[in-house]
Amino acid sequence: MSKLGNIGARLYRGEVGYDFIGKRKIWYGISILITITAIVGLAVRGLNMGIEFSGGAVFTTPKTSVSATEAEHKAEAAAEGHQATVQKLGNGGLRIQISELDTQQSLPVQEALAKDLDVPVKDINTQLVGPSWGEEIANKAWLGLGIFMILVVIYLAIAFEWRMALAALIALIHDLTITVGVYALVGFEVTPGTVIGLLTILGYSLYDTVVVFDSLKEASKDIGKQTRFTYSELANRSINSTLVRSINTTVVALLPVAGLLFVGGGVLGAGMLNDISLALFVGLAAGAYSSIFIATPLVADFKERDPAMKALAKRVRAKRAAAAAKADAPEQQETAQDAGDEDLPQDAESDEDAAGSMVGQRNQPASRNRGRGRPSGKRR
Amino acid sequence: MAAPKKGRRSPGGQGRPGRTLVLILIAMVALVGGMFLSGTSTPRLGIDLAGGTSFTLEARNQPGKPNAINETNMNTAAGIMERRVNGLGVSEAEVQTQGTNHIVVNIPKGTDAKQARQQVGTTAQLGFRPVLTTTAGTKTPSTSPSPTPSASGKGDDGKKDGKDDGKEGDKPSTKPTPTSTAQGRAVTSALKKDPSDPPKASGSSTPAPKDTPQPSTGADEIPAALQKQLADLDCSTDKLRAQAGEKAAGVKPTDPVVACKDDGSQKYVLGPVAVEGTDVKDASAVFDSQQGQGWIVQMDFTGTGGKKFADITGKLAAKTQPQNQFAIVLDGAVVSDPRVSQQLNGGSATISGGFTQQTAEDLANMLSYGALPLSFKIADETTVTAALGGEQLQAGLIAGAIGLALVIVYLVAYYRGLALVALASLAVSAILTYAIMTLLGPAIGFALNLPAVCGAIVAIGITADSFIVYFERIRDEIREGRTLRPAVERGWPRARRTILVSDFVSFLAAFVLFIVTVGKVKGFAFTLGLTTLLDVVVVFFFTKPLMTLLARRKFFANGHPWSGLDPKRLGAKPPLRRRRTTAPIETKEA
Repeated sequence: MSKLGNIGARLYRGEVGYDFIGKRKIWYGISILITITAIVGLAVRGLNMGIEFSGGAVFTTPKTSVSATEAEHKAEAAAEGHQATVQKLGNGGLRIQISELDTQQSLPVQEALAKDLDVPVKDINTQLVGPSWGEEIANKAWLGLGIFMILVVIYLAIAFEWRMALAALIALIHDLTITVGVYALVGFEVTPGTVIGLLTILGYSLYDTVVVFDSLKEASKDIGKQTRFTYSELANRSINSTLVRSINTTVVALLPVAGLLFVGGGVLGAGMLNDISLALFVGLAAGAYSSIFIATPLVADFKERDPAMKALAKRVRAKRAAAAAKADAPEQQETAQDAGDEDLPQDAESDEDAAGSMVGQRNQPASRNRGRGRPSGKRR
Repeated sequence: MAAPKKGRRSPGGQGRPGRTLVLILIAMVALVGGMFLSGTSTPRLGIDLAGGTSFTLEARNQPGKPNAINETNMNTAAGIMERRVNGLGVSEAEVQTQGTNHIVVNIPKGTDAKQARQQVGTTAQLGFRPVLTTTAGTKTPSTSPSPTPSASGKGDDGKKDGKDDGKEGDKPSTKPTPTSTAQGRAVTSALKKDPSDPPKASGSSTPAPKDTPQPSTGADEIPAALQKQLADLDCSTDKLRAQAGEKAAGVKPTDPVVACKDDGSQKYVLGPVAVEGTDVKDASAVFDSQQGQGWIVQMDFTGTGGKKFADITGKLAAKTQPQNQFAIVLDGAVVSDPRVSQQLNGGSATISGGFTQQTAEDLANMLSYGALPLSFKIADETTVTAALGGEQLQAGLIAGAIGLALVIVYLVAYYRGLALVALASLAVSAILTYAIMTLLGPAIGFALNLPAVCGAIVAIGITADSFIVYFERIRDEIREGRTLRPAVERGWPRARRTILVSDFVSFLAAFVLFIVTVGKVKGFAFTLGLTTLLDVVVVFFFTKPLMTLLARRKFFANGHPWSGLDPKRLGAKPPLRRRRTTAPIETKEA
């Protein structure tokens, strides 16, 4: 682990780093591809809505000797033409799902089932859902989602700035789309548990994003007073310096969810634990990805459109060009972007005082050799 | 800018971390002590963990009363339903309104869920309608005589068959008189009154042989459309009755309607509502020992209700069988159809004959609670056996334990000594969460259900995240070349800001969900919000002061390899004199 700590230190100082911003087009492309796949999947396959949304009944029986197929016939007979799906559970019980059964009609079915399967009525777990209830849950969830998005955009716009709020929102929608798309493509059943999981992603996805933004905001506090970095470069450094933190928080968030998924899926069979954790797992992974690869590059993109930032980028390029010309050779005359990447460490050393004013970017002269250890994107 | 909460001062600043620690420990002891004092040492468990039945009822406006769904009515409905459910002998049933138009009824294990459902599901939309005609409950024209022979009353002025004889009604057989004697129902104005109306009471001679769907009596008053509807109506199965009931419940009170008896024995054409359920002030089941009538149901009407009731009974009493009956219609099904023998003034009446305690109480409940101008539909019903509940609870706990163990392993491996701080903080957080959840049980009826358990498990991650943010900050400061004590102080303000901003976002999500959503989502949102708040409390009042204290210890301050703060491992730079001069000043500000 100390190795990771070392990498953390080097990431922090910018010795190593990955050019997230420079390669953003690739990541945008990947995300757009995934999102389109998700949307197509959603459009073509649709969501497999659980009983809670379509209305119907789920009966869970204790251990019984009746086989699943046998139970299915019996259930369909008892339910008079409604479709029944029967699953054998890990504990030997059966999960009998009968679609579109009205709450009023289900009682006789339950009794018939109890008789057919030879289990006492009182030992059967039932869940009866009227068709409007699922809709109600879903509608309320949409409403909550809408309100939350508006509030959070307002909050982030105040706490940070509107560009970050917008980027965070896009990243959030991206996460949700991917999660929903995975559900459509894999055909997982959507239940209220799934909705809960999805809604939790809201908080989590943003949590990650906010951590990166916070570091970025801090780093760019005095951006107008220096000419060493463009906004994009600062953003990239922010991502890299918080990378360990992002990884740690994501891992720590995923571990309990993995525990839930393992127990929910492995021990109990399908159930609410499983539903929540599955949605969470997909969403959290997407959230961690999007905060690094989507949200922050987007902010950089938005920011670079800002006249002040444009001017800054120009100044930085000019300064670098001058420095490069002074330093030496014509072979250094590459594109400005490249020059930026390579000159960055040297600049940092030559301009110690400016670094002092840059919170979170304190560069120490001791690292003469840091440029070497830094596999900047362009060089690899 | 990070900022709505910027005003918070860092508590336990370098000077008095001990005091803050003591404070939070006192708070913890107080909470846990309070928990034991209140006599509950475990959180109240929800239906899905403890077993039991949970109903979610959706309110619907009655036809013609579009604005009935409002807070007052919903609260009345909930209150009435609570009385009603608890009337079943369930002591711990709880009824809560949720959102604008839902009522959640939770009935713990050991209660007859079927009975509860009938009680809960059939509230409201009670009305007294005059019977225009009646016939046996099957679709095919049966020759079954209407089972309305009233025998020489046990001292009452009329008898009517109760629902108990329904099965016989289904069969095309003439009812034996003795049975109906025991089961007939009649209305009288008061118990003591015993007018004993001979023509009607000697009912064995009046089996009203209505053997076709077009009974002679009253046929002239009934529109052909209703006649046809009556002929088509089939009350023979639960399913068909449910459909019929739903349809009948949708008819305006001012229109005549066809309806089934709730046991399927009879079907009726009923006139417009004469007395509404809201006109009933109260109803109760009473055991009449004086007259030996057994169980009877007493009704009290409101002022206008009493008048209406007098009116209708006056009219009905003059008519002949079956038009001297009125039907008590609940949600489209006839629950009782007593016969009237005389005008009943005085705003009260009793229904007697053939009740058992159970049936009398059921009817009284329906009568007294039918007064709501709302109708409810069961939107969701979940019955969980105690066995499954226990299993789910166990699974939740196992999942939590596994999650926690994984997090601990990861933290220890990565942060070493620092992990102790994280674990202590997690423990404090867990104790606080547990104590508060337990206390909230009796206080606001909070019940720990499966989604709430999930929320708590997910919260392990959120809480641990805060520590990571802080620890990484401290390590960053150490990488700058600071020693631990200034690092702890300098890292804090920035970590604090990040924690606050991200926790705020998390809390916002939980809060919005809690306010807006219904059902299980709500329980989840509540736990998530609670744990997020506690996370802030713990980080501010426990983790930070603890770090400050530990920074004074040699083990950490000197960067022992196992402390997780070894400057060498972290790749710290040798301290820079020039930089260090500024550091302490900033520290004091923080």
